[in-house]
Amino acid sequence: MPSEPLVAEHALEFPGGYTRTTGPVIGRFLTELRDGRVVGVRTAEGRVLVPPLEYEPETGEPVTGDFVEVGPAGTVMSWAWVDAPRKGHPLDRPFAWALIKLDGADTALVHAVGADGAKAMHPGLRVRPRWKPEADRIGHITDISCFVPEVTAMVAPIRMEYRVRPGRSLARFLEGVRDGVFLGGRCTRCVKVYMPFRTSCPECGSAISEEVELPDTGTVTTFAINNLPDPRAPEVPFVSAYILLDGADVPMIALMGDVPAHEVRQGMRVRAVWAPPEERTMSMANIRWFAPTGEPDVEL
Amino acid sequence: MREVAVIAFAQTQHTDHDEGLTDFELIHPVIQEVKERTGLSRFGFTCSGSCDYLAGAPFSFVSALDSIGAWPPISESHVEMDAAWALYEAWVRLQHGDVDSALVYGFGKSSMGDLREIMTLQLDPYYLAPLGLDQVSFAALQASAYGAGRAELDEIVRRSRADGRNNPHALDLGDPAGEEFEVAPLRPYDVAPITDGAAAIVLAAGDLARELAERPAWITGIAHRIEPHYLGMRDLTRSPSAEAAGRAAGVGKGPVDVAELHAQFSHEELILRQALELPAETVVNPSGGALAANPVMATGLIRIGEAASRILDGGAGRTVAHATSGPCLQHNLVTVLEA
Repeated sequence: MPSEPLVAEHALEFPGGYTRTTGPVIGRFLTELRDGRVVGVRTAEGRVLVPPLEYEPETGEPVTGDFVEVGPAGTVMSWAWVDAPRKGHPLDRPFAWALIKLDGADTALVHAVGADGAKAMHPGLRVRPRWKPEADRIGHITDISCFVPEVTAMVAPIRMEYRVRPGRSLARFLEGVRDGVFLGGRCTRCVKVYMPFRTSCPECGSAISEEVELPDTGTVTTFAINNLPDPRAPEVPFVSAYILLDGADVPMIALMGDVPAHEVRQGMRVRAVWAPPEERTMSMANIRWFAPTGEPDVEL
Repeated sequence: MREVAVIAFAQTQHTDHDEGLTDFELIHPVIQEVKERTGLSRFGFTCSGSCDYLAGAPFSFVSALDSIGAWPPISESHVEMDAAWALYEAWVRLQHGDVDSALVYGFGKSSMGDLREIMTLQLDPYYLAPLGLDQVSFAALQASAYGAGRAELDEIVRRSRADGRNNPHALDLGDPAGEEFEVAPLRPYDVAPITDGAAAIVLAAGDLARELAERPAWITGIAHRIEPHYLGMRDLTRSPSAEAAGRAAGVGKGPVDVAELHAQFSHEELILRQALELPAETVVNPSGGALAANPVMATGLIRIGEAASRILDGGAGRTVAHATSGPCLQHNLVTVLEA
C-alpha cells in the first residue's frame, strides 16, 4: 500500500457540448427569444404555458399551435437568495432564483433576478427581462441575462449654491465670538437677555440696542445622545446639549465634550472650550464644545 | 397480488469522505452480509440503482456487478435512479411468479464530484439546466414557496442529527448552529450531508420468505407517482405525486408506527408528512433519515430497509417508507410494510 492515498483528477466532458434538436414548440420559443420576445403556447383548455411545452402537463394532451406573446413584465411568485454565486450560475454577484409569472401566462418561468439585495425581493415584485445585446442572442434561455425589478422609485439629486451673509445681528455676535466673548442683547421692555445677540426682541418686537457680554459658563437644560455621525462630530455617540449661559434667558445649542455621553445630565455646570486665539475666525467653530466645570449641579 | 417481503437488509457505515474504495469494494460487504443472513447465494432476479454521473464514468454499474458474482449468467437489471426504484422493479418481477427471490442494491459516492452541479444534469436541458440551477437552489425555491418556519426546520434537523448519532451507520453530526444561508431560506444544515455508502435488500415471495425470516416485513402496498418536471408548472407548496402514491399504497388504511421519509432538505419532511397524512403519533425517521446520512442512490432504498428492519426486529407492526427522485419531490415511491 502506498503511504499517500492515490488520487487522480478526472473530468467528464462532451467537447463542444451535445447538439439537441428543439422540435417546433421549444424551437419557436427560443427563436422568439433571440428576437427579444417571450412567447407561450396555448393549451386546448386555453391556458398559456410559459415556457411552452409540447404537451399540457396535467392532461398529456398536445398543445395547440397558438403561440401568444407574453410579458415581458411579470410578477415574482417566490424566490431563493444566492449570496455566493457558483461557477455555473447566470450572475457572478448575489442574486435571486425566482418563479416569475409573466403577464398573460398561466404558469411561472424559472429565472434569475438581479436585485440589489435579498431585502429588495418580495412576493408580487414586478420584474422585466434584461436582454443580452441583440448580436449576442443565439436562441437560448440565457438570451435573457436575468430579470430586474421594474422601476418604482428614482433618486433626484438636488444641489443649489448660494452666498449667504449672516445679517447684522449675527455678524455682531460672530465678531464677539472671534474675540472670545458671547454677546447677548437685552430687551429693556421684556427684561430678557437673548443669546445670540439680536437687534429686535422676538417677544415684543422692540428694537434692541443694549449689548450684554455674557460669561462662557452655563448650565445644561436638556441634551440628546446622537448615534448617527455628523460632519462636525464624526465620533459616535456624541452629545448635543442646550446650554443656558449664565445671565441669558434663552439657551444655545452646542456639543458636549471631555465627558462620557452617559454622564451628561440636566443641571450640569459647563464652560466653553475655545480654540486657541490664533485659530479663531468669525465662526462658531471657535467653540469646540462645552466641558463640565465640576461645580455642583444646578436645580433648573 | 403475490405476497412479497423484505427478509434482509444491510448497509455500510456511511462516511462523509472518500474512503478510497471502488464501487464494487464498497458494495461487496453488504452483499456478503445479506447472503449470509438469508443463506441464499443465488437470486432469481438482481436489480441495482446508481448514477453514472456520480462517478463520472459510463456504465459504472457494470463494474459493480463484480461484487455480486454474475457467473453463471444471472438475470439482472439496473435503474439509473435511487435503488428504491430497483426494489420496485424487483417487486414487479416477483409478481410474475416464476422466481421467488431478488437481490436489490444501491450505491453512491457523492464525495467524488460536486453533487449540487451533478444534480443540475437531471434538469430539462432547454429551460432549466442551461441556467445552472443547482440542487440546493431549486430546493430553496421550494422551501421559499412552502414558507416553512425557521424554528420548525431547526427542530427537524436537530432531531434527525440526534437520531443519526444513535445510528451506527449514519454520520456523527452536531446540533445545527449558525446564522448563515447556503441559498436563502436554506441554511447549510438544512441540506443533507455529502455521503458515500451502499445498501442491499433481499426480497422473497410467499413461503420462501416465511422459511428464511422469522418475521418477514410484508410489502402490502407499493406505488410510485410522478408530476410535471418544470418547477413553474407545479404547486411547490405540496407534493401531489407523494399524495397520490401514498393513497395508492394504502398508507391511511391502518396505523403507521414508523415512517422513513426520503427528505434531503429539512422542509421536504414537512411537505411529505402532509402529503402522506401521517398521524402525529407516527415516529418519523428514527434512523436520522437523509439529513444524517445521504449516500445518494442508496438513500431511498435505505428508507425501505430501515422501515422493514423495524418489523424484522419486532419493534413495529406497520411502517411506511418513502423514496424520491427528481427536483423538488417530483417523483415519489411509497411502500407500506406490515408484520
